[in-house]
Amino acid sequence: MKTDVLIIGAGGAGLTAALAAKEAGVNVRVLTKEYPTRSQTCMAQGGMNAALGNVSDDSIEAHIQNTLKSAHGEANEEAVRYMCSEAPNAVKWLDSIGVCFSRTQDGKIAQRTLGGASAPRACYAQDYTGLKILHTLYDKCLSKEVEILSDRYLVDLLKKEDGSICGALILNIRTGELEHHFAKSVILASGGYSRIYDKQSTNSTASTGDGIAVALRAGAKLLGMEFVQFHPTGLKNSSILVSESARGEGGYLVNSKGERFTNELAPRDEVSRAINEQMLKGEEIFLDIRHLGETFIDENLPQERKLAKLYENVDPAFDLIPIKAVAHYTMGGIEVDNKSQTSVSGLFACGECANHKVHGANRLGGNSLLEIIVFGREAGKAAANFTFCDDKSKSEFDCRKEDNFLDMLKECKNEIDFYSKRSEVGELFYKNVGIIRTPSQMKEAKDVISKLKEELPLMGVRDTSKVYNTNLVEFLEFRNMLDICEVVVDSALERKESCGAHYVQAE
Amino acid sequence: MKIKIKREYDFIEYDVDMQENTLLEVLNEIKQTQDNSLTYSSSCRSSVCGSCSVRVNEKEVLACSYKVQDGDVVEPLKNVEVIRDLVVNMDKALETNARAKAWLQEYNKEAALSHEDEKINELQSDCILCGSCYSACPVYAVNGEFLGPFALTRVWKYVSDKRELDQKTKIDTIQTNGVWDCTLCNECTVVCPQDISSKADIEKLRMRSTMAGYSDPSFAQSFGGGFGFDGSPTF
Repeated sequence: MKTDVLIIGAGGAGLTAALAAKEAGVNVRVLTKEYPTRSQTCMAQGGMNAALGNVSDDSIEAHIQNTLKSAHGEANEEAVRYMCSEAPNAVKWLDSIGVCFSRTQDGKIAQRTLGGASAPRACYAQDYTGLKILHTLYDKCLSKEVEILSDRYLVDLLKKEDGSICGALILNIRTGELEHHFAKSVILASGGYSRIYDKQSTNSTASTGDGIAVALRAGAKLLGMEFVQFHPTGLKNSSILVSESARGEGGYLVNSKGERFTNELAPRDEVSRAINEQMLKGEEIFLDIRHLGETFIDENLPQERKLAKLYENVDPAFDLIPIKAVAHYTMGGIEVDNKSQTSVSGLFACGECANHKVHGANRLGGNSLLEIIVFGREAGKAAANFTFCDDKSKSEFDCRKEDNFLDMLKECKNEIDFYSKRSEVGELFYKNVGIIRTPSQMKEAKDVISKLKEELPLMGVRDTSKVYNTNLVEFLEFRNMLDICEVVVDSALERKESCGAHYVQAE
Repeated sequence: MKIKIKREYDFIEYDVDMQENTLLEVLNEIKQTQDNSLTYSSSCRSSVCGSCSVRVNEKEVLACSYKVQDGDVVEPLKNVEVIRDLVVNMDKALETNARAKAWLQEYNKEAALSHEDEKINELQSDCILCGSCYSACPVYAVNGEFLGPFALTRVWKYVSDKRELDQKTKIDTIQTNGVWDCTLCNECTVVCPQDISSKADIEKLRMRSTMAGYSDPSFAQSFGGGFGFDGSPTF
């Protein structure tokens, strides 16, 4: 199967890239391991930053400065400048394809203030910003007849003799068959790796970092993998996100003694650390919004009340909500230049799997939806250009024959249950390579991961069906997560000083 | 607690020691500790991705927002091809969006949306394409060409949007196997996890169609076929 530009992932970044590449006049195929509207993008609630100044004075320069400050010196100023300058255009474009942004009384796109922003800058669509952007992008792709194939899982990238990328090896989950998808260039838009923390993450279970692990195996450079953002208020049992608005509206954080212990509106990393310190002292932590009153809660925080009742069996109007800080967004990823080109020829990346050096050590709320649109478009254009300009891309699609993991899988012994190992890794990383990290804890985590990687042949898949084998897909994801874990802990060990979301404590 | 799940050939009963849990949590527990081959879809766990829609006791629910009861019977969605256990193939249902041209055709630069305009189709744009409405729809069950509830809701979303200049193409597109085929039975509304009423949206689209000069073909047929021009019955 051949195409010009092959895109792996159909979230906001992948679909935007697809539209841009299609517009550039090349053939495009998008593959997703789920369906296009089911990706992580649909979970983004808060908004998308653009210094429109619709609600009060704002400037692109202020947006740039806020972003750089939050990045703690780890961002590339040129990239940040580009993203923030393009933000108004990106919002305008989304409006032109039909995104239902919330409006002010005078008919402008409404904006609200998120943490770390000096002005109300986040454009939103009620509490469903990501969902509505994603679905509108999907509709636009249908109108442009973009080819999207669902239930396709990325196993590995295909390489030519010269090492450049010429497609991807894909598992068709429905049939169980391996497919070779050849292309002149490939864009990875496959999402972040928050699920290495397993249940201690707000993310969709699909955020397993597949594209990053595959790129790493193909020789691509990764960057900033130690930077993981923890959100202060995940529900204690399910880690489902309780939005920042609960604290914005006046909610308190209290410990088991009912004492407040931090400024609830400080930046996410500070609040998360305060929560973590309390928990290490044996305290349980709660979000308390009872004093706001039932009427106010129903009017302003209905979603939060619904989620707490459903997933924690408490009613926030009368009870405390048990919470903990959990992994929410991964700043690290495949290193790319301003044209979304990775260190491997023919391979591009955008979205959470890429590191465009705009978030640095800590992402600003409202910048992730912005990034997927601005750099999604760049990646689409650049990958399309590559098919025109690069001489190498004109050569035939002859790829190197390599053994793939699926062949080796047949030898797996199935003595160790990987599901329980997956939970253990999540808990270990949450404790040792999480909100607060000490060198010895990180070293311990590193040893565990090395051992697990050696033990992979002793694990394996019990379900032998070819058709829709999710047991197999989850095992392949687990293998990718182990590769990611190794890089995360190595980069964390290498960075001795605290920086943004990476907080090291001396022993 | 015991629940029955429809597997490839038959229902299988599982016994789990869980209380006050969502169906998705129970499915995860069964898959990871009892039967690795149990197959279902899930993703966000918080009711926005639309992956985990199934039927419990013959009613469509999202597994992640349904609290399991002892004796529950779990089955895949209806009116779509079952791939394995609870996993269905949504491709054909999703194609209705393309057939219905559910997108913004021509952008009206001049249209400035107000806060009130935003509210007109706010609910319709909450759709998560979970497919519950297609499973519950008796028309889609017998006519695979029917455009179906979520596609028609999407059409209404764009038709009711002031930014859409070309409303006519949309209205033209939904005349065949579209708005007039619906029986207004309201099953789609009952099962929608986002409280959207496709039935109500279809009624609004019918009104727009009438304004555009279209009429209910079955109505026209009964007159045209049953009566002569002077009103006397023809045989």
